[in-house]
Amino acid sequence: MQGVAYYKTKKIITNTIIHIFLISVAITCLYPLLWMIISSLKTQDMIFKDISLIPHQFRFENYVQAWREGGFGRNFLNSMIYTTSVVFGIVMISSMAAYAFSRLRFPGSKFLFFMFMAAMMIPIPGSFVALYVLLNKLHLRNTPFGYILCMINVGLSTSIFLLKTFFDKMPKELEDAARIDGCSKLGIWFHVALPLAKPVLAVVIVLNALTVWNEYILALIIFDNRQYMPLQVALQSFQGEFVTNYPLLMAGLTITALPIIIIYLFMQKYIVKGVTQGALVG
Amino acid sequence: MKFKDTLENYIFVAPAVAIFSIFYIIPFIWVFQLGMFEWDGISFTKTFIGLANFKEIFMQDRSWWQAMWNATYITLIALTLQNILAFMLAWACDREIRMKNFYRVVFFIPPVLSEVVVGMVWRFIINDIDGANIINRMFAGIGLPHLMHNWLSDPQTALTTVALVHCWKGFGWGFLIFLAGLQTIPRELYEAARVDGANAWQSFKKITIPLMIPVVVVVAILTVLGTMQVFVLIVSLVGGEFAGHTSVPVLRILASMRGSSRFGYACAQGITFGMVLVAISFIQYRFSKKSR
Repeated sequence: MQGVAYYKTKKIITNTIIHIFLISVAITCLYPLLWMIISSLKTQDMIFKDISLIPHQFRFENYVQAWREGGFGRNFLNSMIYTTSVVFGIVMISSMAAYAFSRLRFPGSKFLFFMFMAAMMIPIPGSFVALYVLLNKLHLRNTPFGYILCMINVGLSTSIFLLKTFFDKMPKELEDAARIDGCSKLGIWFHVALPLAKPVLAVVIVLNALTVWNEYILALIIFDNRQYMPLQVALQSFQGEFVTNYPLLMAGLTITALPIIIIYLFMQKYIVKGVTQGALVG
Repeated sequence: MKFKDTLENYIFVAPAVAIFSIFYIIPFIWVFQLGMFEWDGISFTKTFIGLANFKEIFMQDRSWWQAMWNATYITLIALTLQNILAFMLAWACDREIRMKNFYRVVFFIPPVLSEVVVGMVWRFIINDIDGANIINRMFAGIGLPHLMHNWLSDPQTALTTVALVHCWKGFGWGFLIFLAGLQTIPRELYEAARVDGANAWQSFKKITIPLMIPVVVVVAILTVLGTMQVFVLIVSLVGGEFAGHTSVPVLRILASMRGSSRFGYACAQGITFGMVLVAISFIQYRFSKKSR
């Protein structure tokens, strides 16, 4: 008979192997990021000589230089403006539509909802060519407004889907009570349904903020002027300008990556929820 | 009264439908229209050429099919390497184990980063400067200096390097979905199997695998759709198409549009590519229906 001790050692060994496996992958995930941050604090010639992860001095001037001379402050502000306005737009527009699809009856509602869902399934890789032509015609190309509208459209389908799923499960009693109190439909949506939907709104906000902050292709074809560009596209021209100055480039990359990492660490519960829900249901 | 009611309801969906119609449906229709024209994007006149663009894609455009093959190559690596790694990690985390949350948070950091950041950082780590090339230093350190190599500037290794960085960026995402799937499997099934004398491998094969097939199919479809359309990573990692060695369909479409100003041809390429993607995901979906 094998004793309890046998099973205990066996379990400890298995767990150790599993931990070694997991930790080595975790290190591979974190290493490039640490490397980026550390390199952004070195001087140009130290980058060639010193590959340790602990720099001898911290050159925060790199950040000031990237922000001012590299013109990164402007692009950072652009990214912030685009992200907040697109997310705000998506929250308002998609929650209104999702509420209507879930609660209100009108001819064609099934068809319209199906249309949004079909858009989620059908990839059209060449659509940016036509979008470019369209924006030119509307005189919206190379304008922040045109970009914001395009990005709102990108997030609509998934957000409507997530919100409608939530509204479908939400009990109707509170809305009925509000209706008896004489609240209008728009009032019920805004004062009753939206506050109740906070958990799923958080998912919608975080997922869309990630998408907009990291978006590249539309910003690339829409903007000609560096002054309108968000960070992701500006980084390319930044790389061209400062091709030999690695610490400065790494500072630029850190400025781009850090906000998203911070948001992720604080809101990771919602991101996980959004990713798994979107994939497993859809 | 009823009419006014219905009208009020339409107000709720009006903004969404308006934006969707202008920025999704119109471009969608235009892509199909433009695909049948020869047009430089600026002139007032477009020349109708029917299906000639498609004929050119299928009969003459070798660089297009090279790009398709490159994307397929990256996709095959992502499907196998990335997803197997993701599944193993999820399986390792699906138990009572310490630091589970830490792992979960860390593994999903690469997917939230933008491809531009990931590409540039990895480029810096593995190629640009010999002094900072960590991978090469590691080979030198463990006594294998002949393996030192400029991974991204060698046509032979560039595409594989791109694929590996792509896997690094993407595995955490498959990991999350697999883990969510694994956690829906009731623990009692494993308990019952153990009571009946099944070992870990048997219960993995008889319980975990069959119950996970739907999730595996979803991840496979999303991996294919995502990886076939990869291009930002390549731009920031390699710098461009590298004379065709790292070209992919989206880069070809961009080149037709911006490089050679052939808007119609770019649209035709987009349609061809979109059809391929829809066909692949349809086949995978049917396959999953059958196996269920």
